[in-house]
Amino acid sequence: MYRWLLCFRYLRTRYIALASIISVTLGVATLIVVNSVMAGFSAEMHERLHGLASDILIECHLAQGMADPELHIEQIMEVVGDDVAGHSASVHVPAMLGIDFNGQLITRHVNFVGLDPASYDQVSQFGRYLLHPGNQHQVSFNLRDDGYAPDREGFPASGWGYRRARVAYERALEEERIKRQAVENANATLPTNTAPQGSQPTFQIAAPTELFAEDSQAEVASEFDASKEQFPGIVLGISTCSTRFRDSNNEVQDHYYCRPGDDVRLMFPNASDNAKVVNQKFTVVDLYESGMSEYDSTFAFCRLDQMQEFRGMIDPATGVKSVTTIQLKLVEGADLNAVRDALRARFPADIYAYNIQTWRDMQGPLLAAVRLETTILNILLFLIIAVAGFGILATFFMIVVEKTRDIGTLKALGASGKGVMSIFLSYGLLLGFVGSGAGLFGGLLFVQNINSIAGIIEKITGQEVFDPTVYYFNEIPTIIDPFTLTWVMLGAMAIAVIASVLPAIRAARMHPVNALRFE
Amino acid sequence: MNSEIVLEAKQLKKSYHKDRIEVPVLQGIDLSVRRGLVTTLVGRSGSGKSTLMHLLAALDRPDNGQIHFCGERIDNASRSRRDAYRNQNLGIIFQFYHLLPELSAIENVLAPLMISQSLLHYFSNRKAAKNRAESMLDRVGLLHRATHKPCEMSGGEMQRAAIARALMTNPSLLLADEPTGNLDTDTGRDILALLDTFNQDDNLTILMITHDDAIAEKADHCYRMTDGQLNTESVHLNVA
Repeated sequence: MYRWLLCFRYLRTRYIALASIISVTLGVATLIVVNSVMAGFSAEMHERLHGLASDILIECHLAQGMADPELHIEQIMEVVGDDVAGHSASVHVPAMLGIDFNGQLITRHVNFVGLDPASYDQVSQFGRYLLHPGNQHQVSFNLRDDGYAPDREGFPASGWGYRRARVAYERALEEERIKRQAVENANATLPTNTAPQGSQPTFQIAAPTELFAEDSQAEVASEFDASKEQFPGIVLGISTCSTRFRDSNNEVQDHYYCRPGDDVRLMFPNASDNAKVVNQKFTVVDLYESGMSEYDSTFAFCRLDQMQEFRGMIDPATGVKSVTTIQLKLVEGADLNAVRDALRARFPADIYAYNIQTWRDMQGPLLAAVRLETTILNILLFLIIAVAGFGILATFFMIVVEKTRDIGTLKALGASGKGVMSIFLSYGLLLGFVGSGAGLFGGLLFVQNINSIAGIIEKITGQEVFDPTVYYFNEIPTIIDPFTLTWVMLGAMAIAVIASVLPAIRAARMHPVNALRFE
Repeated sequence: MNSEIVLEAKQLKKSYHKDRIEVPVLQGIDLSVRRGLVTTLVGRSGSGKSTLMHLLAALDRPDNGQIHFCGERIDNASRSRRDAYRNQNLGIIFQFYHLLPELSAIENVLAPLMISQSLLHYFSNRKAAKNRAESMLDRVGLLHRATHKPCEMSGGEMQRAAIARALMTNPSLLLADEPTGNLDTDTGRDILALLDTFNQDDNLTILMITHDDAIAEKADHCYRMTDGQLNTESVHLNVA
């Protein structure tokens, strides 16, 4: 009883212990904040990586892909049917994206995916990352009227409304150009006009139709009414067609080279062994933003049946279609690696040119890097608490010296060495408990208000804490894990107790006579 | 003079070592303290009085000799037995009071009980313990100061609180090491009167160390100590 009473009183009266408490508090709070933010980042990253990748990916390396995906899925279900919750077949092909921008061509390398919207949503969260709320609910490759990215300030007008306005403008521009050309031609026939043609540079902006003048579809395009019709729909990764920068006021701005309602061109190989380039126009129907720059800057999506048609992946004789990839979504709790291994055994690499991977295999280095980063941060931050532990050690040695006569008195009253030792161990435990309790409270409060705090820091320093040109999220993601809180608190208390062991032993071994005589 | 011997020391020897030089402090002390009597130990500073008290309180071990408490040899008892001996069988008061500064007067008085009892046991008996502590404070005239810390009390009040603490466990023997040495004459007299009251009313056995002959001579039994030896056993002034 006396040990608790005394250590409570020591805690209340020895203000030097406050310094130790503050150092434990700061260490614990920092650990909680860092772990919460890292867990938030990590979960967000996992979710986004996993969101598009599905659980198991079976890729075929053949140019023609794998024929008859239904048969393949039947074979897969025979092997791991109990673990499969959903499946989807798709075609992945490298492509070059061409965007007409002010009469010039912007080209980007993209990973072009033909997918079946209905089944693809079973295996991934593709729709969730589209900008149009309607597409988030039900993916469609048809251009919508308007209403794209309603939450995003400054997103340009998109959809049919924009498309019609753009076409009308381009037509007016074209008519103007024709009229001007006619006047120039008429002037050219006059004998007084002696100025040599082409002697001065011209800065005329070329009309979009001129860019692909040698297009095999040029004739079709002439009959195509862009204000009423669209090309096959395509969803572009947001970073493939936009750029993010800071303006002169240091505000983050996005600039879109194209938007839903614009037409773009994709060039990709067909599926024959003697590959030829397919040059096809698409209408952008939505943009895809997962927050993972790797995905947002490389992916473009269209309908699977259209992709198969463009690439010649439908056997004209039998009507059997081919795909390059089969994605599987597994049931909750299924063993990813076991399913992967079973499929590898079913489709051995020496017979089938298939690459079978889990989503973790694909993102292994990135996930391992994040895990390593978290571990190293935790070690470094625990070292901070260990430094606080040395503070406790020094403080306790001082308190033991200060309390020498009281230790003698306690022993004269019949307290055992163990009893005296336990006073200081309990004191260390209490100090660790109070310090880590305050740290827990402070850390949780910080995490709860991390975005406002980041705003204040930005105002004071003028430096963006999480630069939106680098991180594609509006708020700092945090996850408070009760297990992490528990081990951080227990670790801090353990360090406080361990730090008090030496002073406690010294107090316990103190000779009562020497202690009573201590001046 | 035929009352039972509560504490007995036989041929106690104790030396301290300074570097390689042996400094003898006690050189064969024979002493007996009888139940219900006030025994004093008088001597000059450095004569070995406090060392003898520390040995008798089992705070230290003699180099030679034996100490018996109610017939039980205590000097070579186990550490836990010696702790229990100080807690249950002895009450000790010091010249400088040695109250715990973080605790109030009543908490200081309760300290011996807190030391001997587990948390659970103490809480189950805390009412009785508190009543006993209040009654002890009342007897030493300090009930009105029960919640005061030592730093808020005078020297006399602190010594009264120390007496209440020493007698909290109803010990068989009170060891008093210069209990008036740090007090003015009047306050010292009050403290001695208080100890006398306990001796008379509760038949409390007291062994008091003092350097004041006047105090020593009022005792039932007085030992004089010189250079580590009990030279003479003085006359028993107050024994009926």
